[in-house]
Amino acid sequence: MPDTFKEEHMLSTTLRKPLAIAVTVVALGALAGCSSSGDAGSTDAAGGTYTWWDPYPQHEEGSDWAKRVQACGTDAGVTIERTAYDTTSLTNQALLAAQEGTSPDVILLDNPAVSTLADTGMLTTTEELGLDTSKVDSNLLAAGELDGKDYGVPVGANTLALYYNADILSAAGVDPASITSWAALTDALSKVTAAGKKGITFAGINTEEGSFQFLPWFWGAGADLSKLDSPEAVSALTLWTDWVNKGYAPQSVIGNSQNTSWEEFITGDFAFAENGTWQVNSAAEQPFKTGVIELPAVDSGVAPAPTGGEFITAPVQKDTARYDVTKEIVDCMTTPEGFVETANTFAYYIPPTSDGQDQLLEQHPDLDTWVSAVKAAKGRTSDNLGTNYPLISEQLWTAVQSSLSGASSPKDALAAAQKAAASATEGK
Amino acid sequence: MTISAAPAVRPAPDPKPSAPRPRRAKGGGTGGSRWVAVAFAAPLLAYLLAFYAYPLIRSIDLSIHDYNVRAFVQGNAEFVGLKNYIDVISSPLFGQAAWNTVVFVFGSLIFQYVLGLALAVFFRGNFRLSGILRALFLVPWLLPLIVSGSAWAWMLNSDNGIVNSFLHAFGIGQINWLTSPDTSMLAVIIANIWLGIPFNLVILYSGLQNISGDLYEAAALDGAGPWRQFWSITFPLLRPVSAITLLLGLVYTLKVVDIIWIMTSGGPANSTTTLAIWSYREAFGTGQPDLSPAAAVGNILIVIALIFGFIYLRMQRRQEQS
Repeated sequence: MPDTFKEEHMLSTTLRKPLAIAVTVVALGALAGCSSSGDAGSTDAAGGTYTWWDPYPQHEEGSDWAKRVQACGTDAGVTIERTAYDTTSLTNQALLAAQEGTSPDVILLDNPAVSTLADTGMLTTTEELGLDTSKVDSNLLAAGELDGKDYGVPVGANTLALYYNADILSAAGVDPASITSWAALTDALSKVTAAGKKGITFAGINTEEGSFQFLPWFWGAGADLSKLDSPEAVSALTLWTDWVNKGYAPQSVIGNSQNTSWEEFITGDFAFAENGTWQVNSAAEQPFKTGVIELPAVDSGVAPAPTGGEFITAPVQKDTARYDVTKEIVDCMTTPEGFVETANTFAYYIPPTSDGQDQLLEQHPDLDTWVSAVKAAKGRTSDNLGTNYPLISEQLWTAVQSSLSGASSPKDALAAAQKAAASATEGK
Repeated sequence: MTISAAPAVRPAPDPKPSAPRPRRAKGGGTGGSRWVAVAFAAPLLAYLLAFYAYPLIRSIDLSIHDYNVRAFVQGNAEFVGLKNYIDVISSPLFGQAAWNTVVFVFGSLIFQYVLGLALAVFFRGNFRLSGILRALFLVPWLLPLIVSGSAWAWMLNSDNGIVNSFLHAFGIGQINWLTSPDTSMLAVIIANIWLGIPFNLVILYSGLQNISGDLYEAAALDGAGPWRQFWSITFPLLRPVSAITLLLGLVYTLKVVDIIWIMTSGGPANSTTTLAIWSYREAFGTGQPDLSPAAAVGNILIVIALIFGFIYLRMQRRQEQS
């Protein structure tokens, strides 16, 4: 025992210094290794692997959608490495990647995010990539436009319409076809509530979803996002506020997301629900009979609803030789057949070209309300609002919240919103 | 850099009791052992720098530049000095958010502490099933916040919530807990109190274990009732534990985002927007990440927490002196 102790002891004194240095080097090396490995991974990707990000985590590996993405890669002779994020974190991830210079080759972006990201210079224009966008409906393409340039192609579009519970309406003696103005809708709501049912549910949450749901009424009144306190805007907010005050809409609309609002509707107690194309399948599965009409404008006709849906975009790469294959992949997703296939895979996408829409209607004639709603729809970032839209939208949903919760009158809420929006967008 | 001194010194006295004496005698005090000390501290130092110093510096860096989305990607943010701080403080929302923070933090803290203390004293009795009951009180701590937040939001739902239907049974009309600016703050405070009780209970209960039973026995012999015992023995002897419980609670509550975000997302009409919620919303809650003002608000919160930390240290020092 004593011998070994001595040996150990000697070893320790002679090795002490070198060991210390070694430990330090290893520790620092480990740290350095962590920070550089990210970069190394992405430059390796050049060898026939293309990266693809989309906001559809619900479609896992092996799903129809994943297979379809892979097929487009195979056609272009490469492998696609697909990563799915949820919508909000996708935008943040895209920004981080652009900052680090490690952007993926293709990103499917929620349309209001396109102009924000394009403004950073991280996206290529459709012109640079040589994409043909002439067939795409201009109202849909507009959402991806910034300063006269297009930064992506919509892979499909969805929008909002008014679902109704046919059983409740017929019991209350309301004909859905008669609802072509706000007055007719409010009248229907009063009949339904008089019959002991609940009127309408929508999403007034203080996020982008709240603005998204309010815009059809805002635009339907003839209001403009560059002037939030116009009398038309006040009339739209008064409509919503009155519904809540009269009990035609539940208090919960103030905090409802579109999902919670839909859950209220499928309890079967509500006559109407403002919701999107993505609920078509769910509506068909309900034990009660449902139908859908377009959202009415103030006096007559159809209100433009905001367009939803993703754009396929190609972030700027250091290695511009990659663009050729990227273009092939994008082309594969945006042929008329490609659009219809996307629509069918998701069950809630309307193709953004008339060829695609015609083909879809042949297969699913019942989607005609949605096709015409998409044609009437309007991009949130259009009217050349671009990167100002998120700033204005934040003030809009704040005003909706203030008014619905009774914190201020519709007029005061919108006046405050206009003031805040003007100072936020000033100098941009 | 004051951090580096402490870990470098610490390893030296440590080996004293355990290490074999001859080794100590030979190597003691030479430059070699200092190198070893530094080497052993190096991983810790690297860790502190990477995970504590860097984020803090980055957060300050974000707050004194104008990082809009474009500047974030291109890395050419303009230096604006204290402009972000001035903008934040002069914003109409600042006063409201600061007041909301005060109401939320102190409203939560007082009730969490009082209820936690009452329960701790109650469980000190060690009656039958007290162990199980005490464990049940920990449930709020064990549940994921997204679950408890959503559950509270459902219970407080205006139209279908269980709380309103319960109140209805007593003839009280509908209260719009989460959708009226008058009651939304009360609603999130109630949920947060419920969340914070286990933490207070556990720490105060363990503090009570350190108070010797002899004291109570002696007090009882002198004829002190339970109430007198509490005010003359329990409460004064628990003071150091109470102070740290309240300080930790304060720091936790200052930075609470999740429960409010899940229940009201700061609404309606900003009535539940605290400074932490404001910071989170600027950075991640809208389509347009405004990192610079978000960092400015976050840094203000850090400073507030630091101030209370110093107050605590001062109080502790005074207590030690006396």
